[in-house]
Amino acid sequence: MSLRREHFEALFEPRGVVVAGASTHPGKFGFVSLHNLLASGYQGAVHATNLAGETVLGIQTVRSIDDLPSGEIDLMFVCTPASTNPDLLRSAAAKGIRAAFITSAGYGEAGEEGRRAQRELVDLADSLDMIVVGPNGQGVVSTPAHLCAQIVAPYPPAGRIGVASQSGNFVSSFMNFAVGSGIGISRAVSAGNAAQVGVTDFLRYYSEDEATGVGLAYVEGIDDGPGFVDGLAEAASRMPVVLVKGGATAGGARAASSHTGALATDDAVFDGVCRQLGVVRAPTVESAYETAASFVTQPLPRGPRTAVLTTAGGWGVVTADAIHRSSLELVDLPEDLVAAIDTKLPPRWSRGNPVDMAGGETRDTIPEVMRLIAEHDAVDAIIYLGLGIQSNQASMMARGPFYPDHGLERIVAYHERQDRRFAEAAAAVSAETGKPILTATELAATDPANAGPVAVRESGRLCYRSADRAVAALDAMWRYARHRRRHGLGV
Amino acid sequence: MFPVGPLAPGGVVGVPSASVTSTRTLSEADSVRLLARYGVPVAPEVVAEGPEEAAAAAGELGFPVVAKLCGDAIAHKTERGLVRLDLGDADAVRSAAAELLAAARPEDGEVEVLVAPMISGNREFIAGLQRDPVFGMTVMLGVGGILAEAVADAVFALVPIVEEDAMEMIDALRTRKLLEPFRGEPAVDRNALARVLVALSRAAQAEPELVSADLNPLIIDAGRPVAVDALVEVSR
Repeated sequence: MSLRREHFEALFEPRGVVVAGASTHPGKFGFVSLHNLLASGYQGAVHATNLAGETVLGIQTVRSIDDLPSGEIDLMFVCTPASTNPDLLRSAAAKGIRAAFITSAGYGEAGEEGRRAQRELVDLADSLDMIVVGPNGQGVVSTPAHLCAQIVAPYPPAGRIGVASQSGNFVSSFMNFAVGSGIGISRAVSAGNAAQVGVTDFLRYYSEDEATGVGLAYVEGIDDGPGFVDGLAEAASRMPVVLVKGGATAGGARAASSHTGALATDDAVFDGVCRQLGVVRAPTVESAYETAASFVTQPLPRGPRTAVLTTAGGWGVVTADAIHRSSLELVDLPEDLVAAIDTKLPPRWSRGNPVDMAGGETRDTIPEVMRLIAEHDAVDAIIYLGLGIQSNQASMMARGPFYPDHGLERIVAYHERQDRRFAEAAAAVSAETGKPILTATELAATDPANAGPVAVRESGRLCYRSADRAVAALDAMWRYARHRRRHGLGV
Repeated sequence: MFPVGPLAPGGVVGVPSASVTSTRTLSEADSVRLLARYGVPVAPEVVAEGPEEAAAAAGELGFPVVAKLCGDAIAHKTERGLVRLDLGDADAVRSAAAELLAAARPEDGEVEVLVAPMISGNREFIAGLQRDPVFGMTVMLGVGGILAEAVADAVFALVPIVEEDAMEMIDALRTRKLLEPFRGEPAVDRNALARVLVALSRAAQAEPELVSADLNPLIIDAGRPVAVDALVEVSR
């Protein structure tokens, strides 16, 4: 069956939701899903079914789908045993329900009988013109609809990252990163056994979804290579896609009678597929999240020429090393830019890239120097290091025995104000110049309450936990932009 | 307990696989001719039936030359010692050709001697085609030479490719520094290298019976890639 936009809208923007198999036991899927749905601000009507017709979480359940109103509910969240599901789908279709999310196990993962049940489920869904997600999935999240229909936490902040995963737990992982970083999610779905709808189907929908700016996917086995490539290619032609892949592809042993064959590993071929489609293949889940977050919070770099702005030497050296290992270039500062920075800093600054201010900065130096660099035509991107140092000292002072005397109250406030200014300047200058400015400090991990990382987060950007990770994200963005340009595609 | 029997061609006993069909290899001369039709740059080669013809061909090509035993069923010449390099005069060619013909085995079928100019360069690559069981036909570029499999620096793309895909493949090699000026040789002509990959892709599209192809080595001669050996596998 070919799924249409209205199917996905029934799933992600339902007018009403029914939890089939609601339970009064707070450990059961039928309770947790209803809880999460009610706890996250969903505005549509919420219904539930329960064999005994009990009240669950204040919702008066009905014994059967047949007792529900017609034409008001779009999504059914299924927590019932597999054997009851065919009748459930038929009753739901009769009520105008167009989408079902099935958490039930006992399908394709459960032997030959389960595989047959799964095939029958898909045939039934097709004949009813329904989208059926799962089975054996964890749920669906859609922040534009305040929809949290899932058997796991968390409910993430709203944002523009669209998640699709073959593993439900990785949906949770990505949403945990969203909570931690503040860079939010538009839609998220666990494809479960992907019986009728697979990861690339969701990515294709996201690529036409105005709420979504980047696709973030986790995939494992790929049975239908050409179908996977077609879906991914279509999605990637319209939005950046970041992908993590676990495990080996299906398909069995390769003939290795040729030298080419001997060098053809699953991984190398998959790598090639991603490169050819302009899909960012991330090495880890964390890196995937950060790269996706970068796509929706930073402008795309127009070139590889990167400047490093740092308050201390060692950080800049290590960042330069990371840039040399990437597709980025550590730009040679043009003479006129050096001369311009000379007017802002004492002569001990590095007078080259990395721009090491060597402690020579005064109240306004960092925003001013950042602006000079970003506005110069020779520079495509900036990595900014050293945010939060002053607030780190402030926090020690504020917790120490002398606070607030000896002028400490005033200096603590000053330090924190300065770090907020720097973070705000990075976001503002980046927005004005259309060039990425990535701020990196380990304080984002070690002291997220530090005024620097807090202000980065409030500016709507990601505070990278190390310069290496900022370089990795910028590198991925540049390779994406370069691919689009080389192939004559718009960015 | 296990089925006992001869190995099926291209298959493994006890592991039936629908995707592994029966295949055969083309001789080097036929492999080269097939790929050259689609634009793969190859060294000029002459097929000789005997030592005297080989020596005459070498005279026309110019010394030094290489002589190789060529036949449909010969896939791994180097492993069997069927390649003689750097032959400097007619006598050397004559005796090499005689030895090669004498080394032929009955299962090799009809054999000939292939004479080609000795092309040498410090940099060798491998390029080829390989049908991936999941994704279908791929084109490949890798770093060649005796360390090729240990270095395992190889990149792939799905057929068909355009020149931009090929350029991205080249950029994705870990050891792409090898493309820069090297030991007195000029930088590798990236566009020429990209065109080799596009030519392979075209061959795969136009020849549906093509199962795999190896250009090994693809030697960089004065900055430009030249295939000095080719092996094409086709379905029967």
